[in-house]
Amino acid sequence: MRKLFLLLILVGLFVPVAVIAQDDAEVEPWVCPEGFEGQTLSVYNWSTYIAEDTVPNFEELCGVSVNYDIFDSGETMLARIRQGNPGFDIVIPSGSTIAIMIREELLVPLDKDLIPNIANLEPSLMDASYDPGNLYSLPYQWGTIGIGYSTEAFPDGITTWEELWDYDGSVAWLDDRRAMFGVALTILGYDANTSNPDEISEARDYLIERGANVVTVAADDGQELLARGDVDATIEYSGDIFAIADECECDSYAYVIPEEGTNIWTDNMAIPVDAPNAELAMVFMDYVLHPQVGADISNYTAYASPNLAAIELGLIDADYLEDPAIYPSAETAENLFEITESDADTEQAYNDAWDELLIFLGG
Amino acid sequence: MNWFKSQDGRGFLLALPAIFWLGVFFILPLFTIVVISFMSRGAGGVAELPYTLAHYDRTFGVFSVILIRSIRIASITTIVCLFIGYPLAFFISTRKNRNFQNLCLFFIILPFWTNFLVRTYAWRILLGDAGTINAILLSWGWIEEPLRLLNTEFAVLVGLIYGFFPFMVLPIYASIERFDFKFVDAAHDLGANDWTTFWRVVFPMTLPGVLAGSALVFIPSVGAFITPDLLGGTRGLMIGNLISRQFGGSGNMPLGSALSVVMMAVVLLTLLVYVRFGINREGDD
Repeated sequence: MRKLFLLLILVGLFVPVAVIAQDDAEVEPWVCPEGFEGQTLSVYNWSTYIAEDTVPNFEELCGVSVNYDIFDSGETMLARIRQGNPGFDIVIPSGSTIAIMIREELLVPLDKDLIPNIANLEPSLMDASYDPGNLYSLPYQWGTIGIGYSTEAFPDGITTWEELWDYDGSVAWLDDRRAMFGVALTILGYDANTSNPDEISEARDYLIERGANVVTVAADDGQELLARGDVDATIEYSGDIFAIADECECDSYAYVIPEEGTNIWTDNMAIPVDAPNAELAMVFMDYVLHPQVGADISNYTAYASPNLAAIELGLIDADYLEDPAIYPSAETAENLFEITESDADTEQAYNDAWDELLIFLGG
Repeated sequence: MNWFKSQDGRGFLLALPAIFWLGVFFILPLFTIVVISFMSRGAGGVAELPYTLAHYDRTFGVFSVILIRSIRIASITTIVCLFIGYPLAFFISTRKNRNFQNLCLFFIILPFWTNFLVRTYAWRILLGDAGTINAILLSWGWIEEPLRLLNTEFAVLVGLIYGFFPFMVLPIYASIERFDFKFVDAAHDLGANDWTTFWRVVFPMTLPGVLAGSALVFIPSVGAFITPDLLGGTRGLMIGNLISRQFGGSGNMPLGSALSVVMMAVVLLTLLVYVRFGINREGDD
């Protein structure tokens, strides 16, 4: 958590500079190393998680073709890699999934000589507990889980989880068991990563009791339900809510990091075992870590960028940089928790509790 | 003697490909699932020793709520399909114009030309709070507030009845089509009224079609996964959804297997009913 404060202070320092520096920012365009023409790269990423021109530009610069496939939960991705890599060169798992994949030897170590743009990354996001020394993974984007809501249904806004639980109308939750339990455990005053079965049970009962207004537990498509008017509020990843707000060019949707605290996460680029073209995968990583490319992605997805160079050069939209729902204030950051990997027994306890929750949720 | 009909074992050769197919792709996996359902859960949800009954304990414990709900939803689906399907099949098969009959059957099969997933998504748009049905009812002033249609057990029923309806109509149609209407005349001659004729003559003789149709609707309904996933939300969750979760990244394969075995037992019971009543009746002809 200390690292996060550092980051936030850094962001705060650079915001004014960034605004001034914006006009004269000149960034050398990324140059593709020789020798990859005609090759193929397969990327496996979360849905709605890259700028529209990121991949086409890479194809053009390197003369390669890219297969781009998407997943809607880390579980799906992990299951597919476990059953034998079907041919992906890059996957983008969250921190706790990285830890599992390293332990199960599902990732290939990185050759950092091929990725000079590592130097652009925010130091506080490096060397994380799930991958000490960044031997296997590099940060891609980071963000939070919070509440996306319709400003029509909540004219005065929402600031707490309590208001979501008490709302008399339809809401959707996110199918991310550890994040959801983390929220409940934090509110109950326990460690968000507890391995105590009694505390997990208590969190389960807490959530079931407050979930009478939940009509569905969505797998990363809650923002669509909100946009369609099927729910008035949804628990979602921050960027997904900004995406629909951007799409409709209206003020109908807002995102909030609830006061009681929530999950903060970092997604990371990594190379799965048996990747057909690991070398090109590392070239792609270098490309993504270029300040302009990285900034384009974050400006499109509205997630927070780990690319310090992009922030310093003023390439990130100032509106986003100044938005505490994307780059949380130091005060908010105090209540944010990361999910850490757990042993098999604890994993089972969370799974069982989540199954039970699904059975009884929604009254 | 005809080689193909020989009973001395040479005809058995004809069945070999099918036996091989069933053995490798059905019996063997089924056996594996039964074994796994008695094993413990290891890291990542895979099965490991020692053997345990814990998963069956859970299946009949906390999961029984959803198991019972699944059986109830599948039963209602079957009954509604039967009530709408039988009169329709009767209507179609008693038309004199053969072309008209074929046209009707064509329209019943027509929905299959579109992917099931797409059709189920369409129901989401129709049933949503801001969906087509609510919009129409609101604009006519029949309701003040949008009705909660989507993400309910009702929505799941609508989706299942819609999806499996043709499976009910077609076997019943085939059954009534073969029915000889001289039996009706005979019954009338013997003094039976229309009501008695239907229940004592027509219905019993078309029962094989009814049972085949019911089995074809009930079996896929009870294990339905896509329909409750898209239309059911938290209130229409079915056993298929919980089974599929167990096979994801950090699920619980032994528990998923135990749930599957219990569900198969339910299906098997249904089939036994079918075999017991359906085949016997057919033999009486």
